[in-house]
Amino acid sequence: MTNDDSPRGGAAGGEILRVEGLRKEFPGVVALDGVDFDLRAGEVHVLLGENGAGKSTLIKMLSGAYRPDAGRIVVDGEPVEIRGAGDAQRLGIATIYQEFNLVPELSVGENLALGRPPRRFGLVDTKKMHERARELLARVGVDVDPRTPVGRLGIARMQMVEIAKALALNARVLIMDEPTAVLTTSEVERLFAIVRQLRDQGVAIVFITHHLEEIPQVGDRVTVLRDGRSVTQVPASTPENELVRLMVGRPIDQQYPREPAAPGEPLLRVRGLGRRGAFEDVSFEVRAGEVVGLAGLVGAGRTEVARAVFGADSYDTGEVLVNGRPLPRGDVHAAMEAGLGLVPEDRKGQGLVLGADIAENLGLVTLRRASRGGFVDRAGQRRAAADVAGRLGVRMSGLGQEVRTLSGGNQQKIVIGKWLLADASVLILDEPTRGIDVGAKVEIYQLINSLTASGHAVLMISSDLPEILGMSDRVLVMARGRLAGELAAREATQDSVMALAVSEVEDARVH
Amino acid sequence: MHVSTDVLNGTAKATRRRHPAAAWLAENGALVALVVLVVGLSLLSGDFLTVTNLLNVGVQAAVTAILAFGVTFVIITGGIDLSVGSVAALSAIVLAWLATDSGLPWPLAVLVALAVGLVCGLANAALIAYGKLPPFIATLAMLGIARGLALVISQGSPIALPDAVTHLGDTIGDYLPIPVLVMIAMGLITALVLSRTYSGRAIYAIGGNEEAARLSGIKVDRQKLITYGLSGLFAAIAGIVLASRLASAQPQAASGYELDAIAAVVIGGASLSGGKGRAFGTFVGALILAVLRNGLNLLSVSAFWQQVVIGVVIALAVLSDTLRRKATT
Repeated sequence: MTNDDSPRGGAAGGEILRVEGLRKEFPGVVALDGVDFDLRAGEVHVLLGENGAGKSTLIKMLSGAYRPDAGRIVVDGEPVEIRGAGDAQRLGIATIYQEFNLVPELSVGENLALGRPPRRFGLVDTKKMHERARELLARVGVDVDPRTPVGRLGIARMQMVEIAKALALNARVLIMDEPTAVLTTSEVERLFAIVRQLRDQGVAIVFITHHLEEIPQVGDRVTVLRDGRSVTQVPASTPENELVRLMVGRPIDQQYPREPAAPGEPLLRVRGLGRRGAFEDVSFEVRAGEVVGLAGLVGAGRTEVARAVFGADSYDTGEVLVNGRPLPRGDVHAAMEAGLGLVPEDRKGQGLVLGADIAENLGLVTLRRASRGGFVDRAGQRRAAADVAGRLGVRMSGLGQEVRTLSGGNQQKIVIGKWLLADASVLILDEPTRGIDVGAKVEIYQLINSLTASGHAVLMISSDLPEILGMSDRVLVMARGRLAGELAAREATQDSVMALAVSEVEDARVH
Repeated sequence: MHVSTDVLNGTAKATRRRHPAAAWLAENGALVALVVLVVGLSLLSGDFLTVTNLLNVGVQAAVTAILAFGVTFVIITGGIDLSVGSVAALSAIVLAWLATDSGLPWPLAVLVALAVGLVCGLANAALIAYGKLPPFIATLAMLGIARGLALVISQGSPIALPDAVTHLGDTIGDYLPIPVLVMIAMGLITALVLSRTYSGRAIYAIGGNEEAARLSGIKVDRQKLITYGLSGLFAAIAGIVLASRLASAQPQAASGYELDAIAAVVIGGASLSGGKGRAFGTFVGALILAVLRNGLNLLSVSAFWQQVVIGVVIALAVLSDTLRRKATT
């Protein structure tokens, strides 16, 4: 452990941090299975890998949230144990997660001084606190009054405050987990400028991104992770298709095994759906045997529409028909009875009862149907759960296993499984493969295939464009709360979908 | 009486490699504590392990346990009910007032008293489910309202109960105090509702993740009405049992009992954040409180120190539970 207070301390090129053979196992899944990685002062080292490849597990170990089962972490040539946030801080390692660690009600200055505000006669020295905050903010080039509550800043400026907070802790290693995911193009440019500036000051930066085009712009070296292992290390100038091959480990077209089924009757019809401030005039239909992809930028209103269709939220105008029958607004129970099912985007927050076991979670939707005179046929529920868990190939120690301890892919199978048990005729999947490893993804795609082959309909929301293109029979594109267009599978390309996704955003800017 | 739930079994199975006995001990820490307490007190005081005294403990535990069974439903949903002590008093007062002052036949008065408890619970639920008040606030308001109404109706004085109702406090033969029988019946009903009925299973899901429950088609608001309604109904029954033992309804009766009830539920292994809890645990929790009070009395520990000891026990119970949970994850 060193006590180097200066962020300029590391000589450019000197190794600051190295991990060797890092391994981490969770119940039912090996998250890391031998990861080697090294980081030099004054470089931007990109961590590349699919969801579930082990990137977040790795950075959680570096920030002290997890402890490795095997392997070691070396800082400044000394093996270290990082037991918690405090240890990471002393070692000069700061992490900026996608969810910011800021207190929205407190001012920027208070957030920057959180936990150790300057004191005078035992009281917080507000003047000094704000002075320091101004210096830090100037270093990241953001013009914010330190007295502003953080909650009032936009997302980009909150991120800058996070970076400033890391600098306040004299971080020599800055880990950034998908910092560009929430930013607009111009904000990304500004972020890159700051990242480069910090790099030139000698800070070592671990940069995680899913946007391959960003890698040559900001990165120096790239470490590719796949299925919990570090596969290789390449320069940031490596061509994109080569990076994809390294990341996926196979040609990408095998990844989407869509077998189109002949479309039948429209099962779900949405007409002129609108809710003030969220979406307007959304009309589409989904037929039996079809997979309809719903694409668009984050914030385009896709999830809002899905939730309104399912009755999870209400809407102001329009109507939703299932099998030709209109659904009452904002009534999940009615939607469910009519044959709709929703697999929400936030699996843990909205899809699962994490503290309950697999059988309980699988039986959640069918609980009412399995009840006679108020009493649940629990043996029957258990048999049905065992059956569907087997069909889905859920990897588990038994139906009594707590779902909290399952891997992301298996958790998602449980959420889908409860709707299979209910035999929902139209399944709305919101980001069905987010945070799931490659193998489980393909299993979920095959499940979608078998559903549509048996006459079910699927509406799939995804921010993963290759997934939308690979699995949809038709693609709907939303922009700014409206349907910007519809593309048949053969005319849908990355370019045509993106063109629609940004179309009305530009229109809106003219007004 | 031992009706377990899969929610609890699930945590036991997640720790696969532990010895089954060790897992059982971890899940039933409260029961172990009760046994230790009973053995210890038997050694320390010759008066403890006698039939008379144990029946006495049972009767003392009865009111707390019945209140606590009702509160168990609420705590499993992740809510809280602070009003049960006041609702118990109000129901008893209404019963006594109707049966004596208004001359209503006592069975009818009992029904109205039960309805009063139910309505108080439903009012709590309405404020929580439709008014979006936090359960703490809604039931704190009801704590004041029900107690106040009890005082208003009784004008602050105890009201004598009709003889027929005071027999509820009697002992059948030599060994069967009716309050204990009522407690056991309510406990069995609670266990049955929690483990076997739609509502029981639904409230575990609601407490575990309310949004996931809602998106699975469970009518959360309706289930909350049932949950708080049951809590109010159980409070009314507890109130009647308490009044029958005292042979009169007292407007200040059961004051502070809501905290004992919550303590019993929590000592029994339920989590205040919801999704966990069972009738047997609550029963053990109520017995621990009663045994502790009784034992401390037998050992001539002052009432002031008893409060300290009980506070420490509550803290220890929850602390051991938290530590155990940390160790298994």
